[in-house]
Amino acid sequence: MIELISQPWPWYISGPAISIVMFLLLYLGQGFGVSANLRTLCAIGGGGKFSNFFNFDWKAQYWNLIFVVGAISGGFIASYFLTSNHPVQLSTAVLTELEHYGVVNAGTQFLPDELFSFEALLTVRGGIMMVLGGFLVGFGARYAGGCTSGHAISGLSNLQLPSLIAVIGFFIGGLMMTYFILPYLLQLQI
Amino acid sequence: MNKIRFYLLGIVFGIIMTKSEVISWSRIYEMFKFQSFHMYGIIGSAVMLGIAWIQLIKRTKIKSRIGTPIQLTPKQKSVPRYLIGGTIFGLVWAMTGTFPGPMFTLVGNGTLVMLVVILSAIIGTFVYGLLREKLPH
Repeated sequence: MIELISQPWPWYISGPAISIVMFLLLYLGQGFGVSANLRTLCAIGGGGKFSNFFNFDWKAQYWNLIFVVGAISGGFIASYFLTSNHPVQLSTAVLTELEHYGVVNAGTQFLPDELFSFEALLTVRGGIMMVLGGFLVGFGARYAGGCTSGHAISGLSNLQLPSLIAVIGFFIGGLMMTYFILPYLLQLQI
Repeated sequence: MNKIRFYLLGIVFGIIMTKSEVISWSRIYEMFKFQSFHMYGIIGSAVMLGIAWIQLIKRTKIKSRIGTPIQLTPKQKSVPRYLIGGTIFGLVWAMTGTFPGPMFTLVGNGTLVMLVVILSAIIGTFVYGLLREKLPH
């Protein structure tokens, strides 16, 4: 059984599993949305003094923080006890393309070392990708009123037009980055 | 305490995020390059089944475990907010390859540099809160 779970999961197991988590959260009286925790953390840190946006009853969001602590634990369990020898099953076209940019670990690590590590943090490329990237993840997710879990999964499941607009935005931004900006950013070896 | 249920669900979520390879930067790159069906299959099947769950909830009017009707808060109507915010989020989704769920899961995976990304994301959220009134919504 452990052997079986340890293999990389195909999409037709992973997708339905995510939607079951969403359903169970609804059944427990809550909604699925991970980025809301970033707002909660701001509120706990005293953000309410600076903006009304952080004046809300964050204790009602306590469950979500616990959910996230669970996600961290889940990541730990999966990567230390449910490991397989299979690298990430990327298409060969993508592997070759990334090698061209000097990213050789794309298939063996979830986050290639060349791009995401404490050493990389000191480079211009790493700084842009991690510090500016993280900043805009937080900014963009709140501006859009949700992230992948809140809009693409929960919102679309509830047939919400705003979520469809947000997901279209995700793809406009994602394609612009992948085709017009990343080719230059990845070549930045400083 | 009922909170343990949320912890257990979080664990399951973290395991799904890891074993489905959704937390992989390269998987996201591959998705935006249309080189693999994997991510589309995951999001597509999650939404398909999700639509069925929500219809079931609406039609049977089943109650949540604590006895209250299940909340399906409609999103506020707006176009610029979702389009601009969504585009910003999409830009960095493709760049960092991560989004809030995986960011936390990756910390558990031992990628501690993600803590820096999370800290930046908290600052980004805070700055949004400060500028909120001035942004088109």
